[in-house]
Amino acid sequence: MHLLTQIGTYFLLMKRSFSRPEKYSVLYLQTMREIEKVGINSFPIVVIVSLFVGAVITIQTNFNIENPLFPRYIVGVTVRDSLLLEFSSTMVALILAGKVGSSIASELGMMRVTEQIDALEVMGINSASYLILPKIIAAVLFFPILCLLSIIIGLVGGYLSCIWANVIPPSEYIYGIQYAFYPYYISYALTKMAFYALIITTVSSYFGYYVQGGAVEVGKSSTRAVVQSSVLILLANLILTRTILQ
Amino acid sequence: MIEVKHIYKSYEESFVLNDVSVRFDQGKCNLIIGRSGSGKTVLLKSIVGLIEVDEGEIWYDTLNFCHMGISARQEIRKEMGMLFQGAALFDSLSVEENVMFPLNMLTSQSRGEKLDRVNFCLERVKVAGSNALYPSELSGGMKKRVAIARAIALNPRYLFCDEPNSGLDPETGIVIDNLIRELTEEFNMTTIVNSHDMNSVLEIGDNVVFIYKGCKCWEGTRQEILHTDNEALNNFVFATNMARQIKQK
Repeated sequence: MHLLTQIGTYFLLMKRSFSRPEKYSVLYLQTMREIEKVGINSFPIVVIVSLFVGAVITIQTNFNIENPLFPRYIVGVTVRDSLLLEFSSTMVALILAGKVGSSIASELGMMRVTEQIDALEVMGINSASYLILPKIIAAVLFFPILCLLSIIIGLVGGYLSCIWANVIPPSEYIYGIQYAFYPYYISYALTKMAFYALIITTVSSYFGYYVQGGAVEVGKSSTRAVVQSSVLILLANLILTRTILQ
Repeated sequence: MIEVKHIYKSYEESFVLNDVSVRFDQGKCNLIIGRSGSGKTVLLKSIVGLIEVDEGEIWYDTLNFCHMGISARQEIRKEMGMLFQGAALFDSLSVEENVMFPLNMLTSQSRGEKLDRVNFCLERVKVAGSNALYPSELSGGMKKRVAIARAIALNPRYLFCDEPNSGLDPETGIVIDNLIRELTEEFNMTTIVNSHDMNSVLEIGDNVVFIYKGCKCWEGTRQEILHTDNEALNNFVFATNMARQIKQK
């Protein structure tokens, strides 16, 4: 019963969030601010994680298929497909759920307990639309860009490991990442990332928006937002993969 | 004028408001007083619609607030200003942006007009020149003043203040009280102040409503409060032994 109530409240909040904004100019400005907060500020973590994971996948793949029967460029193919199909969308989304999701839940939670959300409501402003909609738009627009960035940086990481760790000749790696390439994989990754962006922002906003109590509850709601977003991302991964890659 | 008629509110079968009916007149400072947990904050938040009542009616002049849809309520809320207990200023915005916020959201004035209005409001609450400061750089009293400036930015017809003196020293509290009274008279607003501070009651209480255990227990003026026979109110007003001795003399 509690779960059904939560789901119902979540959809009612989304209905309010997607209702007509007070002013489109304000929505535009808020969205630009959110793109900086949830998108541009996530560049460093995405770059660092992707660079190292790309390098590690290259070394591990080479270690596992070190067989004279396999051509060396297979390492490049595996790294590319691992990044495209799973890492740069799902794994990066899980990282962003931790970073962006907790930030959204804490921000809205603090606004709730300090009565800032009540202040918006008393002014006659739809607080859900004003606070949540720009976050959703910013994430849905910008997370796919982070996904693309992660793919590129991951491939660069693999290339650097070929040079510095002498895994395979760099020319073989470059040939491998171009071999049997399906551009459809990119749209698959970007589509998944857009869905994950929706999950992260809406679920985290829901947990932040309905906080009751004080600082302890804000912390708890932030943790809950990350956990629930992560579980839903994994569930969505399964459903989307089954649906899109039929 | 705001009129509350027979409102009830309960949480888990325990009544927080029990058949409360009050009328708050325009141009007056109407005070709701009572002990902590008596239901006065629930009453104030019910009046502005932040809490839904179980039964009863809330009238804003000729409009029944309880029967309004979300969009109609938003329209009437554009005529409300509210000062929250913790000021509720937006942390990420400067003083100027905080006061300009309702103007940006709800009017189509030019930047110059909005800035003039912001400066007028800040001057009116005596914090002129603090435009560039952020809430974290303000003292408790200044935060309350800026919150009042934001509340009056749109020239509201109704002003609500939840514990305006909480966390302030008595002297600053009186300054805030006087400011609320001056603004009420100047703009002819219907003002409702929620307080348990006796200084506020004696300073600005044109009409005082005493809430006790969720019920309206007494109503009168600040002069009448000192001579009442109501036991619960006397226990609240004259809480200390010294105060009781003074009353007996």
